[in-house]
Amino acid sequence: MGLLDKRFENSNIVITKMDDLLNWARLSSLWYMQFGLACCAIEMMATGASHYDLDRFGAMPRATPRQADVMLVTGTVSIKMAERIKRLYDQMAEPRYVISMGSCANCGGPYWEHGYHVLKGVDRVIPVDVYIPGCPPRPEALLEGLIKLQEKIRKSSLVELKSHKSPSKADQHMAG
Amino acid sequence: MAESIQTQDRKLRTEEMVIQMGPQHPSTHGVLRLEVTVEGEIVTHVKPYIGYLHRCFEKHAEQMGNYSQVIPYVDRMDYVAAMSMEWSYVLGMERMLGIQVPERVEYIRVIMAELQRIASHTIAIGTFGLDLGAFTPFLFLLRDREMILEIFERTCGARLLYNYFWIGGLSHDVPLDFVDSTRQFCTQFKKTIVEVNNLLSYNEIFIKRTANVGILPANVAINYAASGPVLRGSGVDWDLRRDDHYSIYNRFDWQPQIGKGERGTLGDCWDRYIVRCREMEQSVKIIEQAIEQLPDGDVQSAIPKRIRPNASEIYIRTEAPRGELGFYIVSDGSGSPYRVKGRSSSFVNLSVLPEITRGYMIADLVAILGSIDIVLGEIDR
Amino acid sequence: MSPQEILNKLTEKFADAIVEAKVEGVLEPYAKVKVESIREISSLMRDDSDLQFDTLMCLSGMDYGKGILGVVYNLGSIAKKHKFTLKIEISVEAANVSSVESVWRTADWHEREAFDLFGIVFTDHPDLRRILLPDDWEGYPLRKDYQVQEFYHGMKVPY
Repeated sequence: MGLLDKRFENSNIVITKMDDLLNWARLSSLWYMQFGLACCAIEMMATGASHYDLDRFGAMPRATPRQADVMLVTGTVSIKMAERIKRLYDQMAEPRYVISMGSCANCGGPYWEHGYHVLKGVDRVIPVDVYIPGCPPRPEALLEGLIKLQEKIRKSSLVELKSHKSPSKADQHMAG
Repeated sequence: MAESIQTQDRKLRTEEMVIQMGPQHPSTHGVLRLEVTVEGEIVTHVKPYIGYLHRCFEKHAEQMGNYSQVIPYVDRMDYVAAMSMEWSYVLGMERMLGIQVPERVEYIRVIMAELQRIASHTIAIGTFGLDLGAFTPFLFLLRDREMILEIFERTCGARLLYNYFWIGGLSHDVPLDFVDSTRQFCTQFKKTIVEVNNLLSYNEIFIKRTANVGILPANVAINYAASGPVLRGSGVDWDLRRDDHYSIYNRFDWQPQIGKGERGTLGDCWDRYIVRCREMEQSVKIIEQAIEQLPDGDVQSAIPKRIRPNASEIYIRTEAPRGELGFYIVSDGSGSPYRVKGRSSSFVNLSVLPEITRGYMIADLVAILGSIDIVLGEIDR
Repeated sequence: MSPQEILNKLTEKFADAIVEAKVEGVLEPYAKVKVESIREISSLMRDDSDLQFDTLMCLSGMDYGKGILGVVYNLGSIAKKHKFTLKIEISVEAANVSSVESVWRTADWHEREAFDLFGIVFTDHPDLRRILLPDDWEGYPLRKDYQVQEFYHGMKVPY
C-alpha cells in the first residue's frame, strides 16, 4: 500500500545511484536543532505546530546539536551569542546544514545601522546554505526555505571526491 | 570505632557542582544562561546571565530621525505581545503631545490589546506545559492563536510584528468582517479554555509539579517590583488597567484575577499559572463588551503631521501581558527622542529567580522559570 | 498625596539636600537631590507611613551632555497609589553613586545596567559587573560620545 506498492516486478530489487538513495534518505528526515533566538523563533514554533506542520517534511526538533542535521538560526545574532553559535556549529556532525531565517540572521536586519552589539549576519561566523528573507518570514516562507534546502541536498553528492573549496565568507571576515 | 565513623563521614562528603543551563536550551524560553549550583539534585544557587539578545534598542531610539520610527523597534522588544508594547510607547507620546484620540481608536486599541493578551498567554501556558512534558495543550492553544493572528493579519498585514498603533491613531481601520470574526473567535475560545482546564490546570500530575513550588511572598514581590501575573499570583491586588486609569477599561465589567493559594501555598507556580488562565477568560469578556459598543469614526483624524513635543519627560506604564511595561521618554524639543528607556516586566520579574529557587530540584527550576514567563527580547532589549 | 505634599514631606527632613524641584506644570513631578543623600532619602521614601513608596518602578541612567551623567529614579506606591521622581547628577570623571539596592532589591539589576551602558559606578552594590554586554567590552555605549569598536574577538562589528 502506498508509494512502493506494485512498483517492482523482480523480487524487490531496485537499481539506483548511491547518491540518489542517500540524498533521498537525508532530505526526507532533516532533524533541525531547536535554536530559537528571537521573534523568528515564535514563527518557527508556529510552523512546527499543527497549522503549518513541519513534521510532515520529516523535520523533527532536537534539543542537542549532536543529533541535528540542520541548524535553523532564527533571530538576531548578538556578538555575545556569536561565539556560542560557532561552538554549537562545531558540535554538529557532518553532513550539516545551516538555514538563516529572518532578516536579522541574514544581514543584521533592522539593527544594521546602530546596533553595536548585533552581528550583521550569521554568515560572519558560520557558513550558511539557505537564506530566508522576512521580518519575520511567514511560516510558508520557512517551509519554502526547507524545500530549497532539500533541493540542494538532492543535487549534492556524498560519493564523489570533493574538490578544493574556495574560502567561505566566514573565513574572510574572521580577522587574525 | 569513632575513628572509622569519622573516616566514613569524610568519604561521604558531598560537593557542590556548577552546571551551565543555556544559552541554547529548550526550556529557557530564549537565550538565557543560568549558572546553577547544585548539591546532588538540589539547587543551592541560581545566577542568571542575560545579554545574549541585546539589540541596542535604546541607542536606535536616540539615533532614529523621528518618534514614529521607534515603534517597529518597540514591537520587537516583547515580540510575543507586540501590540501591548506599541500601546505603551504611543500612549506616552500622546500624553506628551497632549493629543486625545477618537473614541473608535480607544475601543479598537482595547480589543487589539486584549486579543494580544490572549495570544501571549496561550504561548505562556502552552510552553509552560511543554516544559513539563505536556505536548497536547501546546498544540490546542497554538491552533487558537492562529485564529487571532489571522484577525491581526487581515487588519494590518502582519502576523507577529505589526507597527499598527501610531501616535494619535492607528495605521489602518479594521476590516469589514472584523466584528464577526472576533465574535466567532470568542465563541471558539471559550471551548478551548474548558479543554485546557481539563487537560492541564486540574491535572493531578501538573498540580504535583507546580503547587508548593517557587513560592514568592507578597512583600518580597513588591520589593522586587514584580508585576503582572507574578505579583497577582502572590495575592497582591494590583492591575494597572484598573489602578492607573490609562484607557477606557472602567467602562467594562471585568475583574483582575488574583492568586488565592487554592492548590498549594499562596504565590506558588500554580497560582501564577491559574491567574493567566483566568485572565484569558476576563479578556474574552472585555472583548465581547467592546465589540458591542464599538462606535464609528475615523481612526486617523488625530494623527499629527509633525511629532515634535516640547522639552519634557514622561514615565508611562501600562499592563502588558507579562506585567508592567514602562517607558521613560525624554524629549529635548527636537524631532527625535533624547532618551527612551524601556522598563520591561520580564527584566524585573527574572531578577526574582535567585530568590525563589533555593532548595528545590532542577526539574522544579524549569517549572519556576516557566511560571515567571519571560521573553528575552524585552529583557535584553 | 499630591506631589506638592510629597515634596513638603521631603523638604521637612532633607531641605538642604534638594537642589531643584518642580511639581507643577510637568507630567512627572520630580526633585533633584544631592548625590550623597540619595540612600537616606530613599529609605525615607520607602519607610515613612504617609509616603510608602514600596516600589522602584524604574532606574535609568542619563547622559545630559557636557560631561554630566545622571540617574533618574521613578518611584511608585502600591499602597498609596502615587508616584514621584528623584534625580541626581554627577560628572563623568567622578561617576560614583551609592547604591539603593539595600532599600529596593529591584535596583540590583537596574544599577548593573546603568553601569554597563553609562559607566556609573554604584558603591556598596553586592555584585557590580556588566549585565548586557560581554565582560571585556570596551566603552559605555549609551553615552553620547561613544564610538563603536571595529573588531571584537575577530568578528567585525560595524556593517
